[in-house]
Amino acid sequence: MTMDQLKRAAGILWMILGPLAVYYLVQTAAIEIAKKPVIDTKIQWGVFVGVFIPIAIGLVLFGWYAWKGEYDRESAVNGK
Amino acid sequence: MGGYLQPLKSKHPFILNATSNPPEKGLWKVIGASSLGTLIEWYDFYIFGSLATVLASQFFPKENPTAALLSTLATFAAGFVVRPFGALVFGRIGDMVGRKYTFLLTLVIMGGSTFAIGLVPGYARIGYAAPILVLVLRLLQGLALGGEYGGAATYVAEHAPTGRRGFYTSWIQTTATLGLFVSLGVILITRQVLDSDPIASIAKFNDWGWRIPFLLSIVLVVVSVYIRMKMEESPLFAKLKREGNTAKNPLKESFARKANLKLVLLALFGAAMGQGVVWYTGQFYAQSFLENVCHVDFAQSRTILIWAILFATPFFVVFGGWSDRVGRKWIMLLGMLLAVFTYRPLFGAMERITSPDLSASVTDQRESSVIGSDDPSTKTLVTTHSFPDGTVITSTGPIVGFGDQFNFNAPGVKWNKVMGNSRYWSLVGIIFIMILYVTMVYGPIAAFLVELFPTRIRYTSMSLPYHIGNGIFGGLTPFIATLLTTIYANDVLVGLWYPIVITSVCFVIGALYVSGRSGSSANETNE
Repeated sequence: MTMDQLKRAAGILWMILGPLAVYYLVQTAAIEIAKKPVIDTKIQWGVFVGVFIPIAIGLVLFGWYAWKGEYDRESAVNGK
Repeated sequence: MGGYLQPLKSKHPFILNATSNPPEKGLWKVIGASSLGTLIEWYDFYIFGSLATVLASQFFPKENPTAALLSTLATFAAGFVVRPFGALVFGRIGDMVGRKYTFLLTLVIMGGSTFAIGLVPGYARIGYAAPILVLVLRLLQGLALGGEYGGAATYVAEHAPTGRRGFYTSWIQTTATLGLFVSLGVILITRQVLDSDPIASIAKFNDWGWRIPFLLSIVLVVVSVYIRMKMEESPLFAKLKREGNTAKNPLKESFARKANLKLVLLALFGAAMGQGVVWYTGQFYAQSFLENVCHVDFAQSRTILIWAILFATPFFVVFGGWSDRVGRKWIMLLGMLLAVFTYRPLFGAMERITSPDLSASVTDQRESSVIGSDDPSTKTLVTTHSFPDGTVITSTGPIVGFGDQFNFNAPGVKWNKVMGNSRYWSLVGIIFIMILYVTMVYGPIAAFLVELFPTRIRYTSMSLPYHIGNGIFGGLTPFIATLLTTIYANDVLVGLWYPIVITSVCFVIGALYVSGRSGSSANETNE
C-alpha cells in the first residue's frame, strides 16, 4: 500500500470517528443530565455538545477530502 | 531547506516572502512590541482562571459552593469557547484593514474588560447583576484573545526573513506561558503583601485584594498600546493594500474555497488540536491536579509551576529556531508522542510523591471548635504529620471518625500538604518535563500556521484553527479532565484519557497528512 492509498483509507476512519464521537458525547450527556438534572449540568453538557458537533462535522469533511485524494502527495497541499 | 518556505517564484503578490525585511534592530523592536502586548493579553486572560475559587465566592451565590465554582468554571470555559469567534471577527478585520490596528483594538478590549472585572461589585451587593456582568466581560476577554494572537504571529512573521521565521515567531510563542507566569507571580505577591500577618493578608486578598491583579492590567495595557501605536504596518500587508489586493471577503476566501478550507482542517486536526491539549495539560491541568488531587498547598502548587515555567521557557526559542533547520512537523509530533506515552506515568509519579506513608511521620493532634460553642458536631480534629525531609501534611476533619484522619481518601477531611525540599524539586522536575513537551509543540506552530496560508487571508485562516485547537480542545482540558474524574471516581488519572486520545488522533493525522517539507505550494493553491 502506498502512502497516498493509506491517506485515502484513513479518510474513512476520520469520517466514522466524527459521528462516533458525537454519539458518545450525546449519550454521556444524556446519562449525566439524567443523573443530576440541575441547570449547571445541563449548561455544561449543552456547551460541550454544541461546541463539539461542528468540530465533528469538520472531521468528517476532513475525512471526505482525504478519501477523495485531496491530501495526496501529488496534490501537495502542505508540501512544496 | 530549514523552514517550510522556499523563496517563491509565484506570480501572486500576496505570498510570504522576505524581500523587504527590516534590519535586525528593527526586527527586535517589532518582536518586543508584539510580544509585550500578547503577554499582557495572556496575563489578563489567565488571572481570571487562576482566581476561579475566589471569584466564585465573590460573584456567585455562596449557599452552594459547588454550583458557584462550576459557574465560574463555566464562565472560564465560555472565555475559551468564544475565542474562535474572536478569531473570525478580528481575523476578518485584520485581513481587510490591517494587522496593526486590529491587534491594537484587541489589546484595548482585553485591557478594558480585565480592568472592569476588577471594578464589578460582588454578588452580596448587586445580586445577579454581578455574575452577569462578569460573564459578559469574560466573553469580551475571549473575543479579544481570539483576535490578538493571530495578529501578533502574522505581524512578526511578515517582518521575519525567510528561513528564520521559526526562530523569530517563537518569541511570540513564549508569551502565553510567560503570561501565565506573570499572572501566578502577581497573584502570589499580592496575597502576601496586604498585611504583615500572612493569614490576615490572605483574608484581605480573598475579600478585596483579588481586584489588584485585574486593576493592574490597565497600566500594562496603556504602556503596550503606546508602544504599539508607534509601530508600522506589516510590510507585506502594506504592499497588498497599496496594490489594492487585500481580500474583499476573507471569511469566504478562507472557508468557502476548498483549496484553503482543506488546509484549515489540516491545521486544526493535524497540529493545533494536539498542541492545545498538550499546552493545557502540562500547565493548567498539572497545577489543578497538584492542588485538587494531590492537595499540595496553594502557594506551593503555584511556585512549583513558576519554577518549571522559568526553566522551560527558553526551549520555545530553542525548538522554534531548530524548526527552521529540520522542519516544524516532527518536532511538534515528537512532543505529542512523548506526551501520549508519558502523561500517565508522570501524573502517577506526582500522586505518589505527594502521598507519603503517614505512619512514618511524627503526628500531632489537636481539637478545634467554634468559639463559644459546646456542640460536639462543630468540633474538628487537626492532625499534623511531620516527615524527616521537611514535608508537613495537615488534615482537618470532623472529630467523629478519628481514624479517617490517616486516610487520604476519607470523606470530609481536608488536606494541605507542604512538600519538603526533595519532593518539591521532584515535582518541579516533572512539571518541567511536561512544559518541555509544550515548548516542542508550541514553539514552531506559529511559523507552521503562518506559512500555510497566503497573506491576504492569513490572519483569518490561521486564527480559527489555532483558537479551536488551543481555546476549545485545550482550554476545556482541565474542565473535561476534572469532569471525567467525577464520573469515574475510582481512578485519579482517568482525566488524562481526554488529552491522550485527542493528542493520539492529532499525531496520526499530522504524521500522515502534514508534509515535512516546505509549504510554499500551499500559497500557490490558494488563489
